[in-house]
Amino acid sequence: MSESQPSARERCAAALDRADRLNGALNAFNTIAREQALERAAAIDADPARWLGAPLAGVPIAIKDNICTRGLRTTASSRMLADYVPPYDATVISRLEQAGAVVIGKTNCDEFAMGSSNENSAFGPARNPWALDRIPGGTSGGSAAAVAARIAPIALGSDTGGSIRQPSAMCGVVGVKPTYGRVSRYGLIAHASSLDQIGPIATRVRDAAALLQVIAGGDPSDATSALEPVPDCVSALTGDIRGVRIGVPKRLLAEGVDGEVSSAFFASLGALESRGAAIVDIELPHAKYAIATYYLVSTAEASSNLARYDGVRYGYRDPGVGSRDSLREMYATTRARGFGPEVKRRIMLGTYVLSAGYYDAYYLKAQQARTLILRDYEDAFGGTARVDAVAMPTSPVPAFRIGERTADPVQMYLADVFTVSANLAGLPAISVPCGFTSPKPGASAAGVGGLPVGLQLTGRRFDEPTLFRIADAYERDFEWSTRQPTLA
Amino acid sequence: MPAELTREQVAAIAALANLALEPDELDLFAAQLANVLDAVNTLSELDTSGVPPTAAIVTRHPIDRADALQPALDRESAVGAAPDASPDAAYFRVPRVLG
Repeated sequence: MSESQPSARERCAAALDRADRLNGALNAFNTIAREQALERAAAIDADPARWLGAPLAGVPIAIKDNICTRGLRTTASSRMLADYVPPYDATVISRLEQAGAVVIGKTNCDEFAMGSSNENSAFGPARNPWALDRIPGGTSGGSAAAVAARIAPIALGSDTGGSIRQPSAMCGVVGVKPTYGRVSRYGLIAHASSLDQIGPIATRVRDAAALLQVIAGGDPSDATSALEPVPDCVSALTGDIRGVRIGVPKRLLAEGVDGEVSSAFFASLGALESRGAAIVDIELPHAKYAIATYYLVSTAEASSNLARYDGVRYGYRDPGVGSRDSLREMYATTRARGFGPEVKRRIMLGTYVLSAGYYDAYYLKAQQARTLILRDYEDAFGGTARVDAVAMPTSPVPAFRIGERTADPVQMYLADVFTVSANLAGLPAISVPCGFTSPKPGASAAGVGGLPVGLQLTGRRFDEPTLFRIADAYERDFEWSTRQPTLA
Repeated sequence: MPAELTREQVAAIAALANLALEPDELDLFAAQLANVLDAVNTLSELDTSGVPPTAAIVTRHPIDRADALQPALDRESAVGAAPDASPDAAYFRVPRVLG
């Protein structure tokens, strides 16, 4: 930090003011933590020696509302946790505080991070800063919208099936799903434990890399966190991608991709090629089964994880239950009224596929399909293709209108078609802006016709540096990341 | 595999999941869950004989930690978020279990 930079207090106050001003339109925040943030920023300003060299000293950050923050309401955008104030910090929050970051608020998301559009929030949908009548993507929609609207320069999301990458693509920002285990899940409200990862959202690849650097690394409080050393992601940004091999599953992309998304995607491959990367045609023969596999695995895990919400230890208890009712009835009415429709649907599906008689046909089958999906990627990274990354559009479509897909859960699930396999295979993946759709007649009141499109790169386990290097090299050739939505 | 779910099946699943669903929810979920099951049934065309299941992608085996006292929440904080607790005694209160 150079001395000419504004103080932590000035930076945080500006972020908080902007959050206050725009949140009515965007609904990106469930909670804006003005007092705590200003107090902490003042403490940082008061002790410059202590924070000298801290990588994020005084930097405002927005945190998805399914990551526990001590003393600051954490709702998972659910009625179940509407008044929940955690008594502890997630590990990522402790690491951010050690790095000097200042939490300015908790961002809107789909309830318990279940959805693809942010429409499943108990507090109403967050809105896309590029077109206020459209979804920001989900589930980390509030975090992506807050960064896209330049409220906070960086944010944290969580990604179980695309929940960082898809909203980042739809909001025109950079989002990263780290390798499974790279970032501690301690303090992340669990959705599907074998798939969930916390990751960074930023306007630029460099900032996302710097943020991952801060939050990554093994943690005694999360037995699934990886002890692999954290590489220097920022120094990997050399701009040199000569000889890098990028695999493209062309057959998979032949159907179901919006024409403008497809054009932007293939144009981005051309740009990577002109920087010296080799584009290699690959097959991911089992990728078409990824959505089915994902919705069986994730709902099974969710049905187990969400059993803890029973109205006893924390969260909502149905007030209509008096002492004459049995404990079991209290559980059932609390859960029926505390959870929203999509969460109930997934608990039901997960309970069904784990039940006697259906376990082998559904859950076991999905676990086997997961192995085949993982092997497809191993073949692409090894084998004759020997690719360093796999490229796909992040989302098959740009941001759709609020309400457009809510009636049909299956249609909504298809929004995740290109993102879920990285979670199933435990691989790191990044979404970087790669263009905009052309303005449409009758464009929204936000005054913007074009909608952002994202390029997704999936890499080898623990090889985030290669993903950052490719995405940064691409970003150097284009101004997509510097475009900003017009907001009042 | 069932092409459709009956209301009774949905009610049975809801009971297993401890969800007291309303009658209209039973109908809605019966239709929606049947659609989802239809969509995931594409997996049945996949030959998975001999393929080992993957439950999780973990990179290490659990490590025993030293059997030493670690800092933990104090009792007041531990029960502080409960809808009905007795903080002094550090108990959670629940409705009657025995008649």
